[in-house]
Amino acid sequence: MTTLADRPSERLEQLWAEEPGLGTWLSTVDHKRLAKKYLYTAITFLILGGIEASVMRLQLAHSNLKLLDPETYNQLFTMHGITMIFLFAVPVFSGFGVYMIPLMIGSREMAFPRLNAFTYWGFVAAGIFMYSSFLIGKAPDGGWFNYPPLTSQSFSPGPNIDFYALGLIFLGLASTGAAINFITTILKMRAPGMTLNRMPIFVWGELAMQVSILFAQPALTLATVMLMLQRHWHWHFFDPGAGGDALLWQHLFWIFGHPLVYIVLLPGLGIVATILPTFARRPMVGYTWVVLAEMATAFIGFGVWVHHMFATGLPSLALSFVSLTSFLVAIPSGIQVFAYLATLVTGKPKLTTPMLYVLGFILIFVIGGVSGVMTASVPLDQTVTDSYFVVAHFHYIMGGVALFPTLAALYYWGPKMFGRLLDERWGKISFWLTFIGFNLAFFPMHILGVIGMPRRTYTYASHLGWDSWNLTETIGTFIMGVGILITIVNLVRSTRRGEPAGNDPWDADTLEWATTSPPADYDFETIPEVRSLHPLWDQPELKDGAQPPELGGRPLAHGHRVLATSLLDAKPEAVVDMPHESLWPFFLTVGLMGFFYGALTRIGLVAALGGFVSLVSIVGWIWPRGQTQEM
Amino acid sequence: MKGERAYLRRFSVLLLIALAGCATKSPSLLDAKGPAERTASSIWWPMVWVATAVTVFVVVMGAYGVVRGRRIREEDIRRDVPWGDRFILIAGLGVSGAILIGFFVFSLARAATLARAQPGLEITVIGHDWWWEIRYPNGAVTANEIHIPAGQRVNISLTSVDVIHSLWVPQLGPKIDLIPGRTTHAWLKADQPGEYRGQCAEYCGLQHAHMAFFVIADPPNDFVTWMANTANPATPPSSALAMQGQNVFLSNTCIGCHAIKGTPANATLGPDLTHMATRTTLGAGTIPLNANTLAAWIRNPGQFKPGVTMPPTTLTSQELNALVTYLLSLGFPAR
Repeated sequence: MTTLADRPSERLEQLWAEEPGLGTWLSTVDHKRLAKKYLYTAITFLILGGIEASVMRLQLAHSNLKLLDPETYNQLFTMHGITMIFLFAVPVFSGFGVYMIPLMIGSREMAFPRLNAFTYWGFVAAGIFMYSSFLIGKAPDGGWFNYPPLTSQSFSPGPNIDFYALGLIFLGLASTGAAINFITTILKMRAPGMTLNRMPIFVWGELAMQVSILFAQPALTLATVMLMLQRHWHWHFFDPGAGGDALLWQHLFWIFGHPLVYIVLLPGLGIVATILPTFARRPMVGYTWVVLAEMATAFIGFGVWVHHMFATGLPSLALSFVSLTSFLVAIPSGIQVFAYLATLVTGKPKLTTPMLYVLGFILIFVIGGVSGVMTASVPLDQTVTDSYFVVAHFHYIMGGVALFPTLAALYYWGPKMFGRLLDERWGKISFWLTFIGFNLAFFPMHILGVIGMPRRTYTYASHLGWDSWNLTETIGTFIMGVGILITIVNLVRSTRRGEPAGNDPWDADTLEWATTSPPADYDFETIPEVRSLHPLWDQPELKDGAQPPELGGRPLAHGHRVLATSLLDAKPEAVVDMPHESLWPFFLTVGLMGFFYGALTRIGLVAALGGFVSLVSIVGWIWPRGQTQEM
Repeated sequence: MKGERAYLRRFSVLLLIALAGCATKSPSLLDAKGPAERTASSIWWPMVWVATAVTVFVVVMGAYGVVRGRRIREEDIRRDVPWGDRFILIAGLGVSGAILIGFFVFSLARAATLARAQPGLEITVIGHDWWWEIRYPNGAVTANEIHIPAGQRVNISLTSVDVIHSLWVPQLGPKIDLIPGRTTHAWLKADQPGEYRGQCAEYCGLQHAHMAFFVIADPPNDFVTWMANTANPATPPSSALAMQGQNVFLSNTCIGCHAIKGTPANATLGPDLTHMATRTTLGAGTIPLNANTLAAWIRNPGQFKPGVTMPPTTLTSQELNALVTYLLSLGFPAR
């Protein structure tokens, strides 16, 4: 081992830097590099999902158009849903989390860096796996909800549904790994002094998100495994002809699927609660209530799944319970909105681009929230469900929260990640186009639903009076698309030519702004001691970079190490050696990819080979390396 | 006060219709034509008004914050907001909670009204890819047109032979799914005679978009006649051409799927054609029914409804002409 330099910062550089090059592009375990990969990949999927949506909107711009045949349309709406939910919304928030959480909690890494690499590669591979179905024209076509019997072998004999089921099992491995990594990082690696009640709201949002994933994901994995067994190995879980029950799938799917709404919502609200106080120039009003509301949402979110099944003829008593929980789940959201408002009216809001996105989002979230309350009413839901009203509702919630906080965060955290500010003028143009386009695209869907247009139809008749609203939506979609593209171009340009950001361009309160922009490989020169919920506002020494040892900063520069602290009050407990770059997570992903293609084609040899490579990779991954153990 | 509300409501409906352009023919659930839908959507306007009030409140308060922020100096911002937690709890938990519980109770009462069992004509609707089979207690079977007596309650039992479908007549009532292996229940009642369009609302594959149907509410006396006529065997062919058409029907693949009561054709895979000339559309509301469309449909149904189960045929034009003549003669006998 080379001798370490004397100055702590140089020493940390030696310890934490990764050799540049293709090798480390594949083997990196650095949370910042992996997070950027997450974000680039998620944005790529956003563009793909957006193209799918745009093509569908062209087909629906007028009645009886023949741009798409029904088979293609069904594949597109299915892949649009899968892409936007599984390959954009969830990973984009994981991406921001992987970048920001170690910084916001004053650590140097995620708890399990190689797992972090694996969960990224697994996400990409599962996405490629599902998208490869387009190459043979057999993309999933059962909707993202994939109800049997339509998706059973008898009605869907092709590989379409296999791509869906196997792809989601694969993706489930990655997201479960990520959930474990996030939860451990957040609970065990906060800087000394960052007790739970000094944890930033975004970190709470990510915690709620990842805990929900951990408990919701098994239901989806179970359901998809059962479906594969039924499709290819003569099981009959969902087959009414052999004693199975088609509704069983719906229960399992929505036990996963409804919490998923909050999985996407909570980190988005966390971003809102990060950006809003920064530009309102004051702390969030009602921090405790906002945090409790986020956790309550995650909890109640597990008790509302049957409201997706109000029209299935379940007993009224069951529907009444779920109706009540569905009404009540709006309360924590209301609490958060009122906390935002209280913060706005007691602060001095600055209308920067990220703030505009946040304010626009609050309005969109309220509209989506009140239409969501309407669907909690059993009789009203029974009349509007499966109509475009519901499409409007969940685009206002899911689409709104996946899009607006993400764009806000690119403008807000982009300078931290790239060291340069994004262009504000183009940012504002992008905001207005996105906001106006979004509302033009999705608001008329409420009306279309009310005047009778059902969802998931590839065309409609001309005499029903649905044409003009559909055309409005199509125009809105393209305006929104231009708005989003402007931000993407702005991002690419600004990372090269933008104004230098400095450590803390927004005068914000959370710890990530104590690092340089972009942060050094080791993030913090000294692990800070946190004494406030708003460390950068209350601890001036953090503004100047490293917190000196006499104020509590810990250099921790004698090894590739991080600090583990206690769960509730973040007291230092242990110094943990962290692993270096590793190719095993990548190899494991390649092995799993082989396994899943083997399962798809049902060529045993391919599956066995993939399984073997996976096994070898796991052994290589956990093989002891005799790292330094001395304190 | 009551008149004012009614006026407001009418105004909003008009506004919505005006906004929808030529939407007068849209089957709007706000244009309810029967008690089930009136009950189900009675909560719509109260909720819309509250939703609008909440949205306006958020916009006004947010805008006030932004405007006020322009006037104050950053040094004047106070970290502690003594009313903050109180406001959040009163507005977020107290007021919101009370409104939400109120709506819950309101909608629970409506749900109970809808669920109340009452006697009425019992019919069965069976979902198929992609059409509707309707069976009446007297043995009458038809497709894609649900005749009901106006002003009377009709109880429907529903199931499906293939995938899940959902019955939706926006102007007459809430949706109810048709699930293979299960029987679900709903009821319909139309105040006035008329034709109400419905459509499948649960994604059911390739031609989910073309699985429409009509609820046709007849004056009660006409309905009784209709149901009796529909249960009767088909009218025998009355011309040589129609006779030839019947032979074409019986000697081709048609009989593999379709039934015409009174002839050897008794298959149930496709719609019952015993009285098909009394119906108004082809392919579950896809195209209007007349001699030209019927001929084109029989030649190649896939051109109107890609993926439809019915295969194209290779009949000569003469055979086709005879078949169409025969099928269009399958009405009710003249009184």
